[in-house]
Amino acid sequence: MSKRPSFSTVMLWLGLIFIYLPMIILVIYSFNASRLVTVWGGWSVHWYVGLLDNTQLMNSVKRSLQIAFFTATAAVALGTLAAFVMTRIKRFRGRTLFSGLVTAPLVMPEVITGLSLLLLFVAMAQLVGWPAERGMVTIWIAHVTFCTAYVAVVVSGRLGELDQSVEEAAMDLGARPWKTFLLITVPMIAPSIAAGWLLSFTLSLDDLVLASFVSGPGSTTLPMEVFSAVRLGVKPEINAVASLILLAVSVFTLIGWLIARSAEKRRSQPPAEEEAITWQAVIDSRRN
Amino acid sequence: MKMPRLTPPGRFWVISVPYLWLFLFFLLPFAIVLKISFSEAAIAIPPYQPIFQYVEQKLNVALNLGNYIFLSQDGLYLSAYLGSLKIAFFSTLICLLLGYPMAYAIARAPKEKQLVYLLLVMMPTWTAILIRVYAWMGILSNNGLLNSVLMGLGLISEPLQILNTNTAVYIGVVYAYLPFMVLPLYANLVKHDHSLLEAAMDLGAGKIKAFWSITVPLSKTGIIAGSMLVFIPVVGEFVIPELLGGPETLMIGKVLWQEFFNNRDWPVASALAIVMLVILIVPLALFHYNQAKEMEKKS
Repeated sequence: MSKRPSFSTVMLWLGLIFIYLPMIILVIYSFNASRLVTVWGGWSVHWYVGLLDNTQLMNSVKRSLQIAFFTATAAVALGTLAAFVMTRIKRFRGRTLFSGLVTAPLVMPEVITGLSLLLLFVAMAQLVGWPAERGMVTIWIAHVTFCTAYVAVVVSGRLGELDQSVEEAAMDLGARPWKTFLLITVPMIAPSIAAGWLLSFTLSLDDLVLASFVSGPGSTTLPMEVFSAVRLGVKPEINAVASLILLAVSVFTLIGWLIARSAEKRRSQPPAEEEAITWQAVIDSRRN
Repeated sequence: MKMPRLTPPGRFWVISVPYLWLFLFFLLPFAIVLKISFSEAAIAIPPYQPIFQYVEQKLNVALNLGNYIFLSQDGLYLSAYLGSLKIAFFSTLICLLLGYPMAYAIARAPKEKQLVYLLLVMMPTWTAILIRVYAWMGILSNNGLLNSVLMGLGLISEPLQILNTNTAVYIGVVYAYLPFMVLPLYANLVKHDHSLLEAAMDLGAGKIKAFWSITVPLSKTGIIAGSMLVFIPVVGEFVIPELLGGPETLMIGKVLWQEFFNNRDWPVASALAIVMLVILIVPLALFHYNQAKEMEKKS
C-alpha cells in the first residue's frame, strides 16, 4: 500500500542495525575456530567448552547471580513503595527532595555514586564498626539504591494510569489500607513489578563501576572479571563469555516483555471492561 | 468523594522506609565526599587525615583547600573536564539527530508494532554495556572487521587508526546512549494529536514547515529529558573512554578512577567528584524540573 518508506522509517532501521550489528558480529566470532580474533578459521565451540572448568569465572558468575537476585527483590519492594508515595501521597514534608532522590540515581554518573558509597562505608566502619569488610552486602546495598530508581519509574508509570476507583471501593467497603494495597493495587500493577524485578536483576548483573568501588577482596563479580580480561585486549574466550551474557539477558528481557504483553492483552479484552462497569455500578449503588 | 487516605502512622512508615534508604545511601554519601575533599592525603587506613579533631577540649577544624587549588593549577584536570563536556555535548547532539527520526518512526507505527520496536531499542540498554563496548573493540581495531572490510573493498590501502582515538569514544558513547534518547522522545511523540498537523497542512503549511512549527515545539520536554539522560552520565563515563579511548582521550570519569585506584589519593578523587557535581547541577536541575512538569501534566 505504501510507496517509498519515509525518512524516519529508514532511520529507524539504520538505527536498529547500528544497535544490533556489533552484538551479532560478537556472537558469530565467539564460534571462530581460529585463535586469532580477526581471522575466520571455521566454526567451533571450543571456546565455550573450557568455560565451565574455569572455577574463578564460575564463582564470580554465582556471586553475581546471588547479588542480582537479592538486589532485584529488595529494589522491587523499595521502588514500589517509592512509586506509591510519589503517585498517591501528594503532600508531605520534603516531597520535592523525595522525588529528587528517587530520580537522581538514574542519571548520576556512576563514578560519583560509587566513590561516595565507598566513602560512606569506610566512614561507617570507623564510626559504628559496620561494615567490617566490604563484599557482597555492600555491593547489594549499592545496587539496590541504583535499581530502586528504575523500579520506581516503571511502577509509577503504571500506578499513574490506574483507575483508582477500585481501590477507593475496597476502602469504602472497609478494607484496611494495607489490605487494599496488597489485594487490589499489587495485582493490578503486577506486570510492571515483574518488569521492574527483571530490569533490576539485569542491571545488577551488568554493573561494573559501582561494584568495583564497593567490593572487597574476594568478592569479584562477573563484570569485574570480564573487565580485567577485556583490558588486555580481545580474546576468543571473552567472546564466548560475552555471548553467553548477551543470551542470558536477552532471554530475561523477552520473558519480561511477554509478561507485560499478556497483561496488556488481558486488560484490553472486552469482558474485563464489562466487569469493571459492573463493579462501578455496585460501587455507585453502595454509595447511595 | 474524598480520596481515602492512609492513617497517619501508616503514611509515616510508607514514606519513611524508601526515604530513609535513599537518604542514607544516596544523599548522605555526598556529604562525606564533600568532607573528604577538604582533607589531606595520608599514608594511613583510610588514606586521608581527619578534619575534625577534639584535643584538650578544643575542636580543631582543618579545612584543606589544597586539593581544589591543585585541581585548578594542574592543566590535566582542566582539560579532562573540558574534554568530558565536549564529548558529552557532541554525543548528545548526534544522539538527538539520530534518535529523533527513530522515535518519530516508532510513534507513527501501528500500535502492535510500536511495542516490538520499543523492545528492540530498549533491550540492549538492559544488557551489559561492558559487553557492547567490548564488541566495538573487535570491530574498530587496526586488524579488526571494519578495517578488513574497507581494505577488502579497496577504499583504503592501510588500516585506519580508529580504536584508541576520540572517534572510537564517540562511536561507543552514541551507540551506548542512543536508546536513552529514543525512549523519552517516543513517550512524548506518541501523545501528540495528529489533527494539529493536519490542520497546519490544511492551512497551507508544507510537511517540513508543519513538522518544525508543531511537532518540534510540542516535543520540547521529550528533547530535554532525552538530552539530559545522555549528557549527564556521559560526562562521568568511565568504561567507554577506558576501553575505546586512547592517550588523547581525556575524560573526567577516567581521571577520577585513576586518581582513586592507581594513585590512591582519596581526597583529590573526592574533590574531582565534587567539581563534577557542581558542573552537573544545572543539567540535573533542568532534568528534574522537566520531569516534575511532565508528572504534573499527567495528573
